[in-house]
Amino acid sequence: MYILKILFKNAFRHKLRTGLTILSITIAILAFGLLRTVISAWYAGAQASSAYRLVTRNAISIIFPLPLSYKEKIQQIEGVTTVSYGNWFGGVYIDEKNFFPNFAVEPRSYLEIYPENVFTTDEKTAFLRDRKGCAVGRKLAERYGWKLGDTIVLKGTTFPGNWEFVLRAIYRGKEKSTDETLFLFHFDYLNETMKKTAPGRADQTGIYFVGVKRPEMAAEVAAAIDKTFRNSLAETLTETEKAFQLGFVAMSDAIITAIRLVSFVVIIIILAVVANTMTMSARERTGEYAIFKTLGFGGGRIAGLIFGESMVITMTGCAVGILLTFPAAAAFGKSMGMFFPIFYIEPETIYLDIVLSLIVGLLAGIVPTWRTLKIRIADGLRMIE
Amino acid sequence: MENVRPIVEIKNLFKSYRRGSQVVPVLEDITFDIAEGEFLALMGPSGSGKSTLLNLIAGIDEPDSGIITVGDVDITTLTETQLAQWRAINVGFVFQFYNLIPVLTAFENVELPLLLSPLSRGERKEHVEMALQVVSLTDRMDHYPGQLSGGQQQRVAIARAIVTDPTILVADEPTGDLDRHSAKEIMDLMDRLNTESGKTIIMVTHDPRAAEKAHVMRHLDKGILENVHPQDPL
Repeated sequence: MYILKILFKNAFRHKLRTGLTILSITIAILAFGLLRTVISAWYAGAQASSAYRLVTRNAISIIFPLPLSYKEKIQQIEGVTTVSYGNWFGGVYIDEKNFFPNFAVEPRSYLEIYPENVFTTDEKTAFLRDRKGCAVGRKLAERYGWKLGDTIVLKGTTFPGNWEFVLRAIYRGKEKSTDETLFLFHFDYLNETMKKTAPGRADQTGIYFVGVKRPEMAAEVAAAIDKTFRNSLAETLTETEKAFQLGFVAMSDAIITAIRLVSFVVIIIILAVVANTMTMSARERTGEYAIFKTLGFGGGRIAGLIFGESMVITMTGCAVGILLTFPAAAAFGKSMGMFFPIFYIEPETIYLDIVLSLIVGLLAGIVPTWRTLKIRIADGLRMIE
Repeated sequence: MENVRPIVEIKNLFKSYRRGSQVVPVLEDITFDIAEGEFLALMGPSGSGKSTLLNLIAGIDEPDSGIITVGDVDITTLTETQLAQWRAINVGFVFQFYNLIPVLTAFENVELPLLLSPLSRGERKEHVEMALQVVSLTDRMDHYPGQLSGGQQQRVAIARAIVTDPTILVADEPTGDLDRHSAKEIMDLMDRLNTESGKTIIMVTHDPRAAEKAHVMRHLDKGILENVHPQDPL
């Protein structure tokens, strides 16, 4: 029992040094946790994607539209359950700082194909009935203090003009990973306006959302869709929703790799800090370890004392770091909500924190243990007083 | 003491140290016995090799050649792990600077060697209390070394040395860091351990007053051992 007491007492014998080491570990774990969560947030869209959904876009590039007439043809393909479509609207609320994703969608089929966006029956009906109505996620409504019935004006960028909407529904995410920052409105509102102001851009959509009967049919259905429109004026590229999302993530691949690298560099730096502390502690206590050896404590037990002390320091820092990661991530997620709509700490990040701390604790103890065990008892005893 | 069988037998013991490329001989062809129940004082000038000899007998250093038999065990043939186990059972140590673990109480310091024994917690407690009673420190068992005087710390160290009831008790300058009064207390305690409990004690000392308590005195000079009667002038 008091071997544990020795470990804790030894660890905190040099309070300032141990305190600073623990602080360093805490900051490292905090930084590591936040960086990993940022990476997870980048992949949140891909992780939240459904295997039952495909996305069809123009084969040349997503910026080129597809004719609305494709909907009927896609619907007829074997394995397709639902077809919806939509356009990235790119509207700005008040000024450009207020970024949030806004889409013109065919609402009935869209809500059917995205059941994770949960509506109350009344609000859903109100949204479907009102052509100028919009539906927003809970977090977005909270961010701007919007209430049902409010009029929201978006300034069009790709579709010029001021666009007025009436807030008819606020959805909640079924899962933690569901994006609650979307702004959805009727495709018809956009299309009818285009017919009047820019007829060349009417009856076209950016993407089709395609529901499939079974996930294993996805490849087959995707190939069938693309085959249907081969050699047409607008050839299609159909992929799973996950692949589509990962395509966006790939655009930031260099940044993500850099963040990932930095997160591990932080751990390597902290390994050096803990190893330094442990080396100093073990050197200061060479005499005491010699006493333990004199009394008959073998190499295994001495190693246990040094590794144990290293673990006490590292795991204390790890525990404090993990505890602080939660409020820090909540604050970070709140302030960066525009860029990371889904920002939460995954259990894997916590497991990784613990595993890496254990590894750091073990590695930091190796050199001081080796040095302590190597030293002769008589030489160790001479270091006392 | 002639009829008492030797508890320690040392034959043709050599020990040297390396200083860079130089080999410095410390002990040269040392041969002598220590009888069971004997109180031996090893004396000599600094650097004469007396602490080295004590370390060799206690199994915390290895000779270049020669045999050291303690009880029936030739400790020069033991591996490091076997030596550690042997020390835990057979040797009690008393150092000049007490060498207590500062983060443990007097009780816990004394209990430390017993952690390596198969004794239960209750049995350990009994042994520790008994050892602290021998050194008259039961009232200070919850004190940390920093809260005790030098003499009291040395008494705790003696309790730690005797708690496992070892075959031999080795003491390296046990009074070297104490005032005269505390030194006398410690030597009286060592004397009692020898005369009343029959402990074999091997003590290195510079202090002639401390050496007076010994039955046998051996003088080491430049690695050569000679016999001296305790009453002889040094």
